[in-house]
Amino acid sequence: MAEHYSSFEYKGTRWFLQRITAVFLIGVLAFHFMLLHFVNHAAEVTFLGTQARMQQVGYFGTMIAFLVTATFHGVNGVYNALVNQGLSGTRRSTVKWVLVVASGVLILQGVRTSLYMAGILS
Amino acid sequence: MSQSYDRGTIEDFGRWKEFSAGMWAWIFHKFSGWVLIGYLFTHIAVLSTATQSPEMYTQTIRSLESLAIVRVLEVGLLAVAVFHILNGVRLLFVDLGVGLEAQDKSFYASLAVSAAIVVASVPTFLAGAF
Repeated sequence: MAEHYSSFEYKGTRWFLQRITAVFLIGVLAFHFMLLHFVNHAAEVTFLGTQARMQQVGYFGTMIAFLVTATFHGVNGVYNALVNQGLSGTRRSTVKWVLVVASGVLILQGVRTSLYMAGILS
Repeated sequence: MSQSYDRGTIEDFGRWKEFSAGMWAWIFHKFSGWVLIGYLFTHIAVLSTATQSPEMYTQTIRSLESLAIVRVLEVGLLAVAVFHILNGVRLLFVDLGVGLEAQDKSFYASLAVSAAIVVASVPTFLAGAF
């Protein structure tokens, strides 16, 4: 292969952030699956068990970082896929802001839910 | 000396039989990515029952996990997550210029390892579902 193919402007900011978040997510997504399907089984999850995990500062911080990076990586990936398909002009701008708002709502709701899980809100 | 080939566009799905390994990797990575971001929104929605009451949270998760279809869908989620992770590692190496000549073999390896992990996980995911 003599040419470089990518959905991204090579070595742009979004290209770089997509890869940095990918490296973080590789570890944390695997950890999340292991912990909640193999160490603790999903079918046996209770609020008290979730609260015990979320009251550990390191775990809480990891889950918030997981939420933010996964949202960015996913939504940025969707945006780049659509741009790659030829999305441009006003439609591109509209899609971008819809995705930005959706991301903000998801992160806010995820943080709010995490605070309830940790018992900080009730 | 490397060569370039005109394989046409991936978007022309009508010629899928002519797709190379790299094109399939591109399609599978996009597909698994769409599934994962869709699931993230659904996941937060379900977990948000914790804002209502501890009982509602526990009851919602227990009810969902008692459905066999949910357990089967979780196996599907594991499959797309594992493939997206392994192919993502492959893409990071390709972007670093490492293993470009073996990018087709590393795609087949991603598929094979994903399949092995998913098959080995089925008993754990489906325990008590049927």
